[in-house]
Amino acid sequence: MFTSSQKDRPPGETFVWFTAMGLAVGLLMIVGLLGFIVWRGVAVFWPKPVAEIRLKEGAPTFRGSSNVVGVITKQQAIDARNLSPEQLSNPDPTVRIEKQLFVGNRNYFGVSYVYFNAGDIEAVDYPDGILNIERMEWGNALVYPIALEMKDGTRVDASDPAFPGRFRDLLSEVNKRRAAITRIEKGKIGKINHRMRELQLDERYLARQKTLTATQEQDLKRVRERIRELQTAYDPLAAQALALREQQSDHRLLFRLATGEERSQAMGEFVHHFWPNRMSVFKKIGQFLHHVKEFLIAYPREANTEGGIFPSIFGTVVMTLLMSLAVTPFGVLAAIYLREYAKQGPFVRAVRIAVNNLAGVPSIVFGIFGLGFFVYFMGGNIDRIFFPRNVELGVPTFGTGGVLWASLTLALMTVPVVIVSTEEALAAVSRGVRQGALACGASKWQTIQTLVLPASAPGILTGLILAMARGAGEVAPLILVGVVALAPSLPVDSIFPFIHLERKFMHLGFHIYDLGFQSPDSEAAMPMVFATTLVLILLVVVLNLGAILIRNHLKRKYMASAF
Amino acid sequence: MIMTAPMPEPTAKAETRDRVTNPLSGVLERSATNPNPDPSLRMDYIRVSNFNFFYNQTAQVLFDLNMDIPERQVTAFIGPSGCGKSTLLRNINRMNDLIDGVRHEGDIQINGHSIYDPYLEVISLRKRIGMVFQKSNPFPKSIYENVIYSLRVAGRKKKSELDDTVERSLRGAALWGEVKDRLHESAFSLSGGQMQRLCIARAIANRPEILLMDEPCSALDPIATGKIEELIHELKASYTIVIVTHNMQQAARVSDRTAFFYLGRLVEYDETQKVFMNPSNPQTEAYVSGRFG
Repeated sequence: MFTSSQKDRPPGETFVWFTAMGLAVGLLMIVGLLGFIVWRGVAVFWPKPVAEIRLKEGAPTFRGSSNVVGVITKQQAIDARNLSPEQLSNPDPTVRIEKQLFVGNRNYFGVSYVYFNAGDIEAVDYPDGILNIERMEWGNALVYPIALEMKDGTRVDASDPAFPGRFRDLLSEVNKRRAAITRIEKGKIGKINHRMRELQLDERYLARQKTLTATQEQDLKRVRERIRELQTAYDPLAAQALALREQQSDHRLLFRLATGEERSQAMGEFVHHFWPNRMSVFKKIGQFLHHVKEFLIAYPREANTEGGIFPSIFGTVVMTLLMSLAVTPFGVLAAIYLREYAKQGPFVRAVRIAVNNLAGVPSIVFGIFGLGFFVYFMGGNIDRIFFPRNVELGVPTFGTGGVLWASLTLALMTVPVVIVSTEEALAAVSRGVRQGALACGASKWQTIQTLVLPASAPGILTGLILAMARGAGEVAPLILVGVVALAPSLPVDSIFPFIHLERKFMHLGFHIYDLGFQSPDSEAAMPMVFATTLVLILLVVVLNLGAILIRNHLKRKYMASAF
Repeated sequence: MIMTAPMPEPTAKAETRDRVTNPLSGVLERSATNPNPDPSLRMDYIRVSNFNFFYNQTAQVLFDLNMDIPERQVTAFIGPSGCGKSTLLRNINRMNDLIDGVRHEGDIQINGHSIYDPYLEVISLRKRIGMVFQKSNPFPKSIYENVIYSLRVAGRKKKSELDDTVERSLRGAALWGEVKDRLHESAFSLSGGQMQRLCIARAIANRPEILLMDEPCSALDPIATGKIEELIHELKASYTIVIVTHNMQQAARVSDRTAFFYLGRLVEYDETQKVFMNPSNPQTEAYVSGRFG
């Protein structure tokens, strides 16, 4: 009989625990970080109830009123250094707690968030009639509606059961009209503006010449003629947009603030609304999904702190895909030469070490290189050769940061990852297969092309996945080579030639930085920071999943022989 | 007489190029028009003369080999591990060129032409010589694509030609009946023995003159081995076969002539029957009777 005892344990087995603990700590950190971001990011979109708080007699008032309406967003202990001796000795612990309240109505109150001492609160109520309105400007409004004032002078009182439906219809009407205005301004007027800008540059360029040849005179005349034509085409469109814009303020909403003041605003200034204290769970879920959708597909407003992040998502995707397109052939070809053709020796070893070290160079250094080489040198020369007119007028085209240069800079930064993983994948292709191909009369290149590369495609894709994950999340180099906080237009649109690689773009990573550290109201921006971070992580996951699916497909296709 | 590896002499260049661009071109034309040429065999079809081979400057693995391998017969190389039989085999289609630092002295001729002729493209040499490896090495492609690989890399595209080649080669490798309904499935769906026969089909797809087999059955079970031996017997009519084997019975069963190598030297080379029944060298006798090696 064998009995198990401490002595029988094979030596070193306890080290299994260390390895397991290493993994557990790593997992814990990842799950903790992701969980935190997901929780805070998702919570942004959940419609929260709005409280009406009555403050105690004698407590500090809010704008002269002891009534405050807002969403309770945070509750925390007051820093002991900020407490008075009475508060410290008070037996009631609530006096040492403060609550953060999102009060909205920034145009009326001047602030979005207010702190209250929990001990000053007399009563908290969730009144049914509060309306949460998302506005084009100044953030959300939390109001008690009084009445709708229609253009024809009629009124619909808030107590009227038809009021909610009427309000909703008017809101969808102004939203449709706003979309029509945007279509005119961004579409037709945008196209005219684009052409106009080009013509005006032509005009300026020609007007600067000291002496004009006969053909240049002709050109100048024709350009001015075209500008006049465009102006005549522009005027009716502008008038149309203006007329629509005026209709936006036909109907107004009269409402009362928590502080008792009565105000009114045109319907055209509103975007969405919901009744925060009147919603069933299903309605809340619907509202939540609506918020998520708006966040993903809408353009930003109010210095990016309101609205959606669509341009940032789009810019990130375009940049990452362009980077992948640039880095894959570059890295794969370099790796093929290094592994298959270069004579293995001290020089190749040195090259390999140098490539590996390239991965450790700080990304900002790549940004500086990109600025110097791609933007100033390559872009500058492209401008000199292809856009001499713009150079003379001091309007750079490619000679300034843009999505193309940003992609190439990141491609350069991630190329070591692709080279290393491609080299490993090439080395893993069995000698048997290579020799079999050579024995069939294939040349070395044919062997690589027909057998080695397809068989190492999964490994190459693994490298690309790593490169994409690193590239999509990188911010520092982008600041130098073309990312902006607010880009006027997307890098892809309906104006010929449709893909504008020279344009500046928005990026989720930079968006996070801009919201979190550059925005005037950091409290208001914080929820957006979490939501944007969540989107960035999800985007990287989606891009990677795409690559992983392709890789698995290839793996099945080129599955190595079993023995 | 020791011939060093012929390096192109600048003066001889133009002359040689005029004389012969591809020393095997005559052979190719013959085999392309008629896979079973005249029955009069060439007994010195592959001629190895004064052949020495080094893995680097000092490590010599083959010592002064001289042998003539006859056309359309099976010649078996036997000997203990490390005796150089595989090395010689892999020199016949210059697969050893892939190893860094190798060097040879002497010459190997096929049908009278040196395989080390500097004007001979090694690729065109390998196209005339099929090779089957110890470990079956099907490509990660369909059965069909595996068989026609040598035609693909030669740039042949005609569908009917490719289809014909697949059927002929798979029939030649006795695999047609088993796979004809799943030609477009992955080659990895085959069993071990089928894979090795697929590799044989691939090796004969380009109608080579010579088939080199490097221990083709060492990873197979007896039934698969039997099938391949039967196949070798059939292929002998059309191809010159050189087979390296560790299995003495196999050598005795399939080969017409047997060469016994020991420590890089050719100890005995004769009719198989004679080598096994009445060897003239005591070392050979000891090896074939299982007393050493």
